[in-house]
Amino acid sequence: MSRDFEWAEFVFLLGAMRWTIALSLIAFVGGGVGGLLIALARTSRNALLRGVAAAFIGVMQGTPVLMQLFLAYYGLAVLTGVRLDPWPAVTLAFTLYAAAYLGEIWRGAIDAIPRQQWEAAAALPLSPAAQLRHVILPQAFRIAIPPTVGFLVQLIKGTSVASIIGFVELTRAGQLMVNVTFQPMIVYPLVAVLYFVMCWPMSLLALRLERKIDAALGIRRHS
Amino acid sequence: MTLRLSVGAFVAGLAVASLLAFARTAGPRPLRAAVIAYVEFIRNTPFLVQLFIIYFSLPAIGIRFDAVIAALIGMTINFSGYATEILRAGIEAVPRSQIEAGHSLGFTRLQMYRHIVVFPALRTVYPALVSQFILLMLGSSIVSAISVEELTGIINTLQSTTFRAFEFYFVATAVYLAMALVTRWMLHAFYMMLFVRGRPLDKAWAR
Repeated sequence: MSRDFEWAEFVFLLGAMRWTIALSLIAFVGGGVGGLLIALARTSRNALLRGVAAAFIGVMQGTPVLMQLFLAYYGLAVLTGVRLDPWPAVTLAFTLYAAAYLGEIWRGAIDAIPRQQWEAAAALPLSPAAQLRHVILPQAFRIAIPPTVGFLVQLIKGTSVASIIGFVELTRAGQLMVNVTFQPMIVYPLVAVLYFVMCWPMSLLALRLERKIDAALGIRRHS
Repeated sequence: MTLRLSVGAFVAGLAVASLLAFARTAGPRPLRAAVIAYVEFIRNTPFLVQLFIIYFSLPAIGIRFDAVIAALIGMTINFSGYATEILRAGIEAVPRSQIEAGHSLGFTRLQMYRHIVVFPALRTVYPALVSQFILLMLGSSIVSAISVEELTGIINTLQSTTFRAFEFYFVATAVYLAMALVTRWMLHAFYMMLFVRGRPLDKAWAR
């Protein structure tokens, strides 16, 4: 005897959305911290730091997030000797993933600041840390916002992959509901709509911010 | 299998995307709106969920695919959404004056598209398309979730018989990385061949 897809099932999906959002936020915050370090390493004068950061970005962007997830899941199991529940593996994998992408986005933003700004700050004379903090980062921050919001959309969609190792977020909840209601034609499109509701406003926001910053920088785009 | 799926979806997706990008830039208003809705929906929902809809939902209304075909369709649809947006950007980056110049030379519509719009647009968007192709290739690992035996699927089978999960996933990750690097390098070489070498004018422009 199967259940129908009714209000309770819909509420279950909404509840699972929490975990999608929680996972995205944790990865975004953790990845933000890591990404900032990577972006700084990538733009530093130290060749070793630059190389390590570049290699990290290359590996993370050149391999599927699913593989990173499997490696974190089974890797942590090997390290600790016990099969963990998916939470730590999933958060670790997505945090590193976010750190690599955000690091690359923010490196681009830092590089976009004209050299003269560094020179002017050095002439003031600000210490290298103060140059970065008071002159470069505030400007880079503005440029970086639209692609960062865009990446958040990618991250939210990406967390659906966590369902494959059994982490119960929106997609996994959808699978569970299909298993009890046998109504994939209702459940999966609904899951897609729920993702769309989360992602689309942010995509629009990213686009608007991008236009605004382009206008501020005097870049004319064909619309 | 991973490569075949990726290349297949790339070619098919690019064909679909060309039509959509054309409709998006030159079609009547309702058609444009439809293309925008399609692109936005594809780009704002996860690939895995799109795959589930094709493989698990459609059979409920009597449309049934083999897993490999479902994967190919899913990848094609997903890629076409992103590629349409990339191609549109390329087409719109062609300066209006170029098209006016084409008019004044008495080009037909077809000639215009061929010489003035498509070729330069392709050159503009080529790097973006390459990146998208690599994302497609990496994303293809997800189709193992609907039991397709591509690289990830095979590794899953192997690790569940040997219990050497970490080692196998490590190797698979290295293989993906190698594929991504080699593909990027080859496509870059192709770009140099196609758009740079033998076109002295471009070199002059670059300077």
